Amino acid sequence: MEISRTVKYESELDKDFGNRVMELSGCHKISECIQCGTCSSTCPVSLYMDYTPRKLMAMIKAGFKDEALRSQTIWLCSSCYSCTVMCPAQIKITDVMYSLKRMAIEGGIYPKKAPAPALAKAMADIIARNGRNSEMGVVMEMSLKTNPMNLLKMAPMGLALIKRGRMEIKDFYHRDKIKNRRQLHDLVKGLKKEA
Amino acid sequence: MKTYGYYPGCSVRSTSKAYERTLLDVCKVLGLGLKEIEDWNCCGATAYFGVDKAMAMAVSGRNLALAEQQKFDELVTPCAGCYLTLRKANEYLKDHPNDHINKSLDRVDLHYGGTVTVRHPLELLSSEEALKAMAAAVKRPMKGWKVASYYGCQLVRPYSDMDDPYQPLIMDRIMEALGAQAVDYPYKTRCCGGSLTGTVEDVGFRLVYMLLSEINKHGANAVATSCPLCHFNLDAYQSKVISRFSGGFDQAGGRRLEPLPIIHFTQIIGYALGLELKTLGFKDLMVTPGRLVAAS
Ligand code: SF4
Ligand code: SF4
Repeated sequence: MEISRTVKYESELDKDFGNRVMELSGCHKISECIQCGTCSSTCPVSLYMDYTPRKLMAMIKAGFKDEALRSQTIWLCSSCYSCTVMCPAQIKITDVMYSLKRMAIEGGIYPKKAPAPALAKAMADIIARNGRNSEMGVVMEMSLKTNPMNLLKMAPMGLALIKRGRMEIKDFYHRDKIKNRRQLHDLVKGLKKEA
Repeated sequence: MKTYGYYPGCSVRSTSKAYERTLLDVCKVLGLGLKEIEDWNCCGATAYFGVDKAMAMAVSGRNLALAEQQKFDELVTPCAGCYLTLRKANEYLKDHPNDHINKSLDRVDLHYGGTVTVRHPLELLSSEEALKAMAAAVKRPMKGWKVASYYGCQLVRPYSDMDDPYQPLIMDRIMEALGAQAVDYPYKTRCCGGSLTGTVEDVGFRLVYMLLSEINKHGANAVATSCPLCHFNLDAYQSKVISRFSGGFDQAGGRRLEPLPIIHFTQIIGYALGLELKTLGFKDLMVTPGRLVAAS
C-alpha cells in the first residue's frame, strides 16, 4: 500500500489563480461566495461532477488551479445558467465555468479523449473556416478524435433522420459556407493580432 | 406591417426544417414579416465561449452588424441557443464600445452601433395582440390535446425579462389560445442535456429521461418545444432513453414511459390555424401526433 499526503500545503497553491479567473470570466464577485450551496443544489448535473459548483468556487478562491482545470466538472456543465440566476452573491458561475474551459484548453490539460472539449474545438474550427456550422462535420471530427466507434453507434439514428428528410447524404461531405469568408477570416486574424 | 430581421441559425437548416417552415408560414398568416439577413454566419452557440471568448463575441457581432447594416432594429431567431449567444454578445458589445472586439469589427467594415434588439418568436407570438389574432383564426380546435410546454434553459436564463426563469407561461398561453389544454409541471426549464447527449451520453440521457418522466407523470399527451436543440434531444433520443431506463432509474416508480410526440410549437400553431397538414412536417417527427390529429 502506498501512502501519500492527501492534503495540499498552502505553499503549493497558486495564490493568483482566483484573480486570473475573475479577470478572464469578467466576474469579479467570486471572492464574495458565501459557500451556501445554492448553485450545487439547483445544478442538474452536480450529482455527476467530481467537484460541485460550490466546492469549485472555494477551490478557485483558495488557488487549487490544477484540480480545478483538470476537473470533469467543467466539461459536464451544460451552460443551463440555473446557478447564475439563483446565486445570492450574483456570481456568474456559468461564465466562470466557461473561463475554466478556456484555461484548460489553452494549457493543454483537458482530457484528450473526452468528447466535450473535442466537440467545442471542432465546432469553433469549422465556424472560423466556413462561417457556418455543420452538425455532421462536428460529430465526425469529434468522433474521429475521441472514439470512432461512436459513428457506428449513431448510424441507426442517422438512418431514421434520413428517412424523415431531416438529414441528407450530402451532409456527409458538403459543408455550408458563407459568401464573405474573406471578411470573417480577416476578423479572426485581426483579433489574433490584438491578443 | 413591421418586418423583422430573421436569423435562422444552423439547426433549422438541417435537422429541424419543419420548425422554420411552420414559423414562416404562421408568421405570414398572422401578419408578422420576417426577412432573412443576408450572409449571416453561425453564432457559435455554447461551444465557442468555452474555446475563445473574443472570437465568440466577434462572430456574433458580425451578425448584429449585418442586421444593423441591413436596417433592422430587431433580430428574431427561433433557436434558444442562438438567442442567448447573440444577446450575450449584444450586451457585451454595447457595454464595451471601445474595446478590441468592437475595433476588430470596425476594421473589417462591420461597425456595430448597438441598435439591434434580439428577440425570439415565442415573444412575438405571445403578445396580447397575437394571441387574440390566433384565437380568432383557429380552424382546428385542439380538442383532446394536453400539451406540456418545454422552454429549455437559455430562453429564460440568465436573461429573464421574457418570462420567469423556472415557471414561464408564454408558450402555455399560446396553447390555451389555440384550444389545447396546457399541462403544468415543474421541469419546464430544466436542462434537456444540451450537447451532453452527444458527449457524455450517460448523463445527457438521464436528464432527458427525468424530463420525459415528469411530463408523463403530469398527464400530457404531447410536448411543445421552442428550440431546435431541445427538440432534437427529446425527439431523437426519446426511444433510446425509454428503453434504457424502462424500469425507471429513480423516479418514475417503475412505470414505463409513454412515447410522446415532441413538436415544434410553431407546428402546433400551424395545425390549429388550419395550415395544410402536408406542410406541417408532423411526419418528420420520430413520434407523430397522428392519434391526436385523428381525434380532434
Ligand atoms: S450559490 Fe453563489 S454564494 Fe452560494 S455557494 Fe454557489 S457561488 Fe457561492
Ligand atoms: S450552468 Fe453549469 S454549473 Fe451552473 S447549474 Fe447549469 S450545469 Fe450546473
